[in-house]
Amino acid sequence: MDTQTLIYLFVGASFALYIGIAIWSRVGSTKEFYIAGGGIHPVVNGMATAADWMSAASFISMAGLIAFLGYDGSVYLMGWTGGYVLLALLLAPYLRKFGKFTVPDFIGERYYSDLARLVAVVCLIFISFTYVAGQMRGVGIVFSRFLEVDIDMGVMIGMTIVFFYAVLGGMKGITYTQVAQYCVLIFAYTVPAIFISMLITGNPVPQLGLGSELADGSGMHVLEKLDAVLVDLGFNAYTERTKSMVDIFAITAALMLGTAGLPHVIVRFFTVPKASDARRSAGWALVFIAILYTTAPAVGAFARINFINSVNDTPYSEVAEVYKNYEDLGLVAWKDKNGDGVIQYSAGAPFLGRPEFDGETRGASGERTVTNASTDNANEAYVDLDIMVLANPEIAGLPGWVVALVAAGSLAAALSTAAGLLLVISSSISHDVMKKTFMPHISDAQELRAARLAAIVAILIAGYFGVNPPDFVASVVAFAFGLAAASLFPAIIMGIFTKTMNKEGAIVGMLAGLLFTFSYIVFFKFVSPELNVAENWLFGISPEGIGFVGMFINIGSAFLVKRFTADTPQDVQDLVENIRVPSGAGAAHDH
Amino acid sequence: MSGQPDQTENAETARDRAKAYWRANLKLLGKLLAVWFVVSFGFGILLQPFLDQFQFFGFKLGFWFAQQGAIYVFIALIFIYSHRMKKIDREFGVED
Repeated sequence: MDTQTLIYLFVGASFALYIGIAIWSRVGSTKEFYIAGGGIHPVVNGMATAADWMSAASFISMAGLIAFLGYDGSVYLMGWTGGYVLLALLLAPYLRKFGKFTVPDFIGERYYSDLARLVAVVCLIFISFTYVAGQMRGVGIVFSRFLEVDIDMGVMIGMTIVFFYAVLGGMKGITYTQVAQYCVLIFAYTVPAIFISMLITGNPVPQLGLGSELADGSGMHVLEKLDAVLVDLGFNAYTERTKSMVDIFAITAALMLGTAGLPHVIVRFFTVPKASDARRSAGWALVFIAILYTTAPAVGAFARINFINSVNDTPYSEVAEVYKNYEDLGLVAWKDKNGDGVIQYSAGAPFLGRPEFDGETRGASGERTVTNASTDNANEAYVDLDIMVLANPEIAGLPGWVVALVAAGSLAAALSTAAGLLLVISSSISHDVMKKTFMPHISDAQELRAARLAAIVAILIAGYFGVNPPDFVASVVAFAFGLAAASLFPAIIMGIFTKTMNKEGAIVGMLAGLLFTFSYIVFFKFVSPELNVAENWLFGISPEGIGFVGMFINIGSAFLVKRFTADTPQDVQDLVENIRVPSGAGAAHDH
Repeated sequence: MSGQPDQTENAETARDRAKAYWRANLKLLGKLLAVWFVVSFGFGILLQPFLDQFQFFGFKLGFWFAQQGAIYVFIALIFIYSHRMKKIDREFGVED
């Protein structure tokens, strides 16, 4: 069978599986819709959490980022895993003991205030929509590359699939499809990684291959070789830090704290039976996540070596077909600055901005003509980081079924995360805004209908952003983590670890953290991007890491306001004492 | 000390017991979070330039902690916490 048929087969089979699970797991109550009835086994929940967490960005983009950032890429590896330690130790067991449905639910009850609840809903919606737009876009790109359909058509197909299992099955449907999606995506990620590790180092374990000698008989280690080659081409050494230490520190911290404050991740721990299960489940989640996250740096390093070997000093006419496919999509471009027909790759941008092509006209060697103004360095090659994982199997010459597997895997990663996000958005609307704040008299059946309706609306909005992506999607990832770190995370932590933090303190804290982080990012990313350099940053911290400072501003202003306002009522202090002990789960429902 | 609080035990003792349980939890949290900080922010970032002079299975040591080692330690920390808390829960009679 040819690769294209295999791709249709793999993607079609995986979609049939997801829809089958959706029909099997239809739900009839809000408890099932919001938290899958609360009876999910901790290991199963761990697996679902891993799929929920690992998005199109983790699957498609992260290895490519690390390939080009080298050591600096560690911020993503540590940041997006270290947050699970905080989640397991500081949040998950207590929130599970609290035993409600959503994150704003906790904030609203703990701070005895509908205003606090609504502030939390605003944070949640902003964080989650930022995220979901990127997922839908990822679905579109994968469809257009692998299934040869229009990007917009791809987004529609993705929306339909998510519609099926999120609207019918709620959290229950999402949980079981996420388990299936985890299996698909992790298999799709590790199989090519093992193949490539074998090819490059002869060691089948990518995590060890990264530290091994190259199989080309040179006797050099992978990282040693990369350092040498990159320095030769004018880049920084792969294993050296290039950003400032304080910035690396702050970005890592912001990503960790943000991870622990992301509503769609936290809510997964509401679905296990007991508080002690929540602790264990977070451990399993990290095991399943770490399989991909420890493989990614190896994939990134191998991809960088492969890319340089197969492109640099190679005549355009001899370059592998896969690059020409990506050139057709505009993700790879070559501008023959010195007119020798050979691709020279080195440090620096080859031309200004993303490639603009002169229609279908071709240059002297048959390449697509790039109309961007040249830069004055020697680099001629442009490559979009996202192709590193998608194209890797083809660059390494792996069989067609591996390519098909990667297509199915990247769709699984994007869809599982999109569904989890859409669920927290819809439940915060139907539960927190409607049932708990403005329409307390609606019945369970009405609330369930509202939840489904909200899910449909959320899918449509997400789809709209997928088809018409705001061009800031890539730069707003910092938003999601920064805002979660500066708003929800400290509010939850103070709610558990202090009995005295009152509603005034929490509300002011959340707003102060949110406002500060939001303004800092907007200023440097959108208002004055030309000022976005280290000299102008507060303490030398980039917008990506500013959520770390935002957290301290949140906590500081919360304690300040608390000093001058009324004490926390006794029944709320009792509630805090209650959630601190695991026994008697479910009792928290009764007040 | 084990098992459920005695029927005759008054609310005051139950409260003390809950306080002692919380202190035991915080003590464990403090130790584990210290390790969490040291392997990631310590070895992976602040001490990375120093540790990189040592080789470890073909990696520079600081680089290895930042891209591999810290993640393995994170996993261990969560399971240690989960395991130790089960014991503490039982000891104070508050298991779920």
